[in-house]
Amino acid sequence: MNEYITLSLILFTIGAVGVLVRRNAIIVFMCIELMLNATNLAFVSFSRQHGNLDGQVAAFFVMVVAAAEVVVGLSIIVSIYRARRTTSVDDSSLLKS
Amino acid sequence: MTTFWILAPIMVVAALGLIFARKAVHAALALAVVMISLAVLYAVQGAPFLFAVQIIVYTGAIMMLFLFVLMLVGVDSSDAVRETIAGQRLLATVIGLVFGITAVIAIGQTVSGAVVGLQEANGNGNPYGLAELLFGKYVLAFEFTSALLITAALGAMVLAHKERLTPRHSQADIAARRMREYAESGRHPGPLPTPGVFARHNAVDTPALLPDGTPMEASVSQSIVDRGQVRDGFDDDINKVVEQLRPEDGNGAGGEK
Repeated sequence: MNEYITLSLILFTIGAVGVLVRRNAIIVFMCIELMLNATNLAFVSFSRQHGNLDGQVAAFFVMVVAAAEVVVGLSIIVSIYRARRTTSVDDSSLLKS
Repeated sequence: MTTFWILAPIMVVAALGLIFARKAVHAALALAVVMISLAVLYAVQGAPFLFAVQIIVYTGAIMMLFLFVLMLVGVDSSDAVRETIAGQRLLATVIGLVFGITAVIAIGQTVSGAVVGLQEANGNGNPYGLAELLFGKYVLAFEFTSALLITAALGAMVLAHKERLTPRHSQADIAARRMREYAESGRHPGPLPTPGVFARHNAVDTPALLPDGTPMEASVSQSIVDRGQVRDGFDDDINKVVEQLRPEDGNGAGGEK
C-alpha cells in the first residue's frame, strides 16, 4: 500500500516542480494534469486500503473536473496565443505594471 | 505487485521527461505514457471502471486536446532556457526535493492497518458498486458535475470565439498594399526569394546568398526561423561561393565578407 502512495507523491512532486520550472504554458498545464493524476492514484489506493468504493468515486469526480478544466484552460491559452503570439508564461505580464 | 514494480520506474522516468523534454510534443508523449501506466495500476487495484475511464478520458480526450492545441499554436521558441527570475530553477528544484522527501518520509512513518481489498465492495461488479454510490450518496455532486461540464463547454466556446476587429483583407487589398509598400519603401512586390539560390545547399533551411555573399534572411520561411532550424555555420560555404563567384582579377561580383 505504501508503495502506491509513495509513487503518487513522487509523481505529484515532479508535477509541482514542473509547474515551477517550465516556461511554456502548455507544458505547465500538462504538469498540473500530472499532479491531478497522482492524487487519483492515491484515491484509488486508499479505496483498496479501506475496502469501499468512495475513493474511486472521488477519483472519478477529479477526472470530470480535470476534463472541464483542460477545456477552459486550453482555450485560454489559445486566446492568449492569438493576442500575443506566444505561449510563454513570462510574457503574459501586462497586468504587472 | 510485479506490475507495480515494472510500471513505477517507467512512470517516474516518463514524468521526469515532462520536466526535461525540450519539445512540447515529447512532453505530451511522456505524459501519455504516465497516464496509460496509471490506467494499468487502476486495473491492478480493483478499479476496472476507472481503468476504462482513464484510457478514454485522459489518454483519449485530454491528451488529444493537448496535442491539438500544440499543433494549433505551433512550435515556437517560447520555452527558452533563459531564466527570468534569477535562481528560480535551482530554488524550485530544492523546494520540490524537500517537499518530496518530507512527504515520502511521512508516508514511511505512518502505520496503516491491513489492506481490506475490494473483493466485497466489488461483489456485484465494480461499475455496479460505483453506480450505486454515484446515483445514491453522491447524486448531488454528480448533478453539479453536469452543470460544470456545460459551463466549461460554454466557456470554451466563448473564449475560442474570435471577434473580427479588423476588416477582412481581400486579394485586391493585399495587391494594393504591396504596390503601396513598393512605392513608399521600395520593397519588392513580387514573391519572396527562394531559399538556397547560390548557396552550397539547395534546401529550404539554407538562406539564399546575395551577390556579395551575405545570406538573405527573407528567403527562409518564417516558421523555420521560429523553430530555430535555419542552417547555420555556413561561413565556409559563403566564402567558397564568394571565391567561386569572384572573377580572376578580384573586383567583380565578390564583395567584402
